[in-house]
Amino acid sequence: MKADSRSLIGGRFARNFGRGWLLAVFFFLYLPIFTLIAYSFNNSPLPTVWGGFTLNWYVKLASDREILSGLWLSLKIAFLSASASVVLGTLAAFTLVKYRRFGGRTLFSGMVSAPLVMPEVIIGLALLLMLVAVQRATGSDLFDRGMMTIWLGHLLLGMAYATVVIQARLIDLNPQLEEAAMDLGAKPFQVFALITLPLILQALASAWLLTFSLSLDDVVISAFLSGPGSTTMPLVIFSRARLGLNPSVNAVATVIIAVVAVCVTVGSVLIARAERRRAAEINAAQRGGG
Amino acid sequence: MAAYLSVEDVVKDFSGVKAVNHVSLDINKGEIFALLGSSGCGKTTLLRMLAGFEAPSSGRIVLDGTDLAEMEPYSRPINMMFQSYALFPHLSVWENIAFGLKREGMAKPKIAERVDAMLKLVQLGGYAQRKPHQLSGGQQQRVALARSLAKAPQLLLLDEPLGALDKKLREETQIELTNIIRNVGVTCVMVTHDQEEAMTMATRIAVMSEGRILQVGAPAEVYETPATRFVADFIGNVNLMDGTLTVDQPDHCVIECADCKHYVGHGITGTEGMTVSVAIRPEKIHLSRHAPPDEFNRACGTVKAMAYFGSFTVYHLALASGAALKVSVNNLQRHRDDEIVAGDTVWAHWSRNAHVVLTQ
Amino acid sequence: MPALKSAPSEPRKGLAGRVHGLLRGRSVVIGLPYGWLLAFFMAPFLIVLNYSISEMGAVRPENIVTLGDGVMKLSIKFGNYLAIFGDALYVKAYLSSLKYAAITTVVCLVLGYPFAYFMARAKPALQPALLMAVMLPFWTSFLLRVYAWKGLLDEGGLVSDFLLATGLDGWMAASGMIGTPGKFMNTPFSLVIGMSYTYLPFMILPLYANLAKMDLRLLEAAADLGASRFKAFWLITVPLSRAGIIAGAMLVFIPCVGEYVIPELLGGPQTLMIGRVLWDEFFSNNDWPMASTVAVVLVLLIVVPLAIFNKYQAEAQERGR
Repeated sequence: MKADSRSLIGGRFARNFGRGWLLAVFFFLYLPIFTLIAYSFNNSPLPTVWGGFTLNWYVKLASDREILSGLWLSLKIAFLSASASVVLGTLAAFTLVKYRRFGGRTLFSGMVSAPLVMPEVIIGLALLLMLVAVQRATGSDLFDRGMMTIWLGHLLLGMAYATVVIQARLIDLNPQLEEAAMDLGAKPFQVFALITLPLILQALASAWLLTFSLSLDDVVISAFLSGPGSTTMPLVIFSRARLGLNPSVNAVATVIIAVVAVCVTVGSVLIARAERRRAAEINAAQRGGG
Repeated sequence: MAAYLSVEDVVKDFSGVKAVNHVSLDINKGEIFALLGSSGCGKTTLLRMLAGFEAPSSGRIVLDGTDLAEMEPYSRPINMMFQSYALFPHLSVWENIAFGLKREGMAKPKIAERVDAMLKLVQLGGYAQRKPHQLSGGQQQRVALARSLAKAPQLLLLDEPLGALDKKLREETQIELTNIIRNVGVTCVMVTHDQEEAMTMATRIAVMSEGRILQVGAPAEVYETPATRFVADFIGNVNLMDGTLTVDQPDHCVIECADCKHYVGHGITGTEGMTVSVAIRPEKIHLSRHAPPDEFNRACGTVKAMAYFGSFTVYHLALASGAALKVSVNNLQRHRDDEIVAGDTVWAHWSRNAHVVLTQ
Repeated sequence: MPALKSAPSEPRKGLAGRVHGLLRGRSVVIGLPYGWLLAFFMAPFLIVLNYSISEMGAVRPENIVTLGDGVMKLSIKFGNYLAIFGDALYVKAYLSSLKYAAITTVVCLVLGYPFAYFMARAKPALQPALLMAVMLPFWTSFLLRVYAWKGLLDEGGLVSDFLLATGLDGWMAASGMIGTPGKFMNTPFSLVIGMSYTYLPFMILPLYANLAKMDLRLLEAAADLGASRFKAFWLITVPLSRAGIIAGAMLVFIPCVGEYVIPELLGGPQTLMIGRVLWDEFFSNNDWPMASTVAVVLVLLIVVPLAIFNKYQAEAQERGR
């Protein structure tokens, strides 16, 4: 039973202060985003001077081969790394939740969560050095700097995030559900496929989306691990941004923001609607008695 | 005749702590057997060993002649109804009940037939397509029961079956549940910390504490003839008085306590002079304002407190030595002229057969 | 695979075949991610360590352990480490990285704690929407948003104009936040703004999760016992949110120490961060051993906060049971 929080945290002053603070921080968070969008329509070579409304930059974007090929590569890598991250993340999450005691558990737990906070320059450097060493030792060019190596780097990062998301869901899952399934005759793999998997599906989906967007956005690890011909979109944008302000970047930014905003909003609305329907059903059942 | 389910000297050791400490039980076919005890006594661990979720550290469990040690939970002819019901939230009622049948490869038409029969058994005929969250607590329990009976198991396990229900619902469900289980005829082992549940539902009860079995017997036996002080105190309410055995004859004995002398109408195994405990249930004691004629089996005390339960009242007496005596009196009449109230001095007395004498 | 039995050390007579099968399933689940991590996380770090202490050959580092003439030699080159600790530039870079990471953490805490607090105390129906509004910027590219700050802080940018108009720049120059009045880009100020902006969600989320779960009846009890609302906040809410504060602080501080992109885009000559040093060693100087040494010292610097973070993660797991 939740107490009425508002009377506990303070009167009108506190409430107005709270609203003000929330608004101020939201303003801080969204200001850059709005300026990006606004200046993408700016008809002026200087991004900070307004010269009139134009769709020029978007037209130019359509034929900007560098960005488009970078985008295509990034999408491919993001898709593959998200998928692999979810698989490895599921295995790691299972290990951490189900198996309380096994040799080297602390080490495993440390290795899984370290990439979450480790500075990317370290991860990028370390991975590259190892891949070079492997390349020298085996003489194979499987690990040549390119899409494959970038994928490996993103996978290392993605697995950490995926594990956190999936682990949180697994901890919440009632262990008696899996026991019940076994009791009724399901063998361990059947338990996983028929009971566990459907119930953690939503967590798997959000882990996938999270690691997808992380991969799409990654600069440092991609820089260390990319080779000629494998320039991802963030690297293209980064090199342009280093040189100065560039309206073509604004155009790309707006497109990305629009796509993300639409997806997130639609997704949230759908989820909220399903939640409300479910809550109504539970209410109805409780009132019905029986 | 060998027992249907036989637990043979089972021990379960969790890093040095013996959750189950040399337990042996024989359970007969068709009976409802309750494991009764407070939390931590080992009853749930024992149940889980029957289900197959834990393996005994030593000892055997034999069901209908088969040693269960070889068998995983999914191969045992045993099904369990979980405390949280554990209904699969993403499957419909029909799918939940059919789950076990599908795993054993039953033919589709037979599955349909069986699921319908189960739904009819628990009276949830029209609910086949609902999902668990669309059902009330009582309905969910019935689905859980139907699901655990669907495979016609040789042994049904119940984990705190009535724990999640409120009092009114519990009474109705108790009867329903027992009837269904008896009609189906399945052998049933249930685990509970609620004595009422155990006594009303079970044919036999095993009282457990700290991993050991203290007493096994029918409800009346365990209640009226507890084997130890712990059992006497655990089940229901009891007055325990320590005293010395002064007379020990084959047909009667006398025990002297601080506040009274007990004349017990049967002999006991003991030697004169030894210390024993006398257990008397509160409902076996009567109150009167005047001293009863017999010098045995009576005590004088002051009413210190009264608890009114509607159909009966419990009087807490303080006896001469300071010891407390609990007396439960049925409120047979709506109004009494001579109501006993707090502060009154009254005489408590009981018959010669009201005692249970305990040496341990 | 669901965990089936208790400790595997108990004897299961006559079950050899089936137990072995079970263990096989369990081994895959544990072994696959474990092996992958050892190969792609542990091994790379060992190689970095190796580079930092080896003499560089023509193409690859020479072995630190050599066998020859019946003698086994272990040669560890300390030269790189001495170079780092002896060179004021490197030391300054490490210190300034720690400094700016700490400042960023404090800024995020100051901005983020009240935000998370008021979000957690808002109407329950409103909270998912608020959460989504905080997460939305996080889902859009961080690179683009940092780039946007370039535009805002550069001459003629909105924030730059605003600060000039309010005359704050004089005070900012005096306090060392910017170099010269009027120029806000490539200064400590722009760096801290950029980092705080990027990492703010990382502070807000753990704090929010912690504060939202707090049992408000504790505050009721405090009020009942005579504590003022302010006192109740300091004596009850803040201590209970300690875990959230630590998690948020670590999630901001540790990555900030080694940040590269934001210092590169928004930082300047005053704000030399170790991430840029490492990058330059590797990409500009092509000095892999030096880069490795820089990395190893960086890891050593963050090892203590890393341990704290790990401990918090493990505890959070246990509590979640």
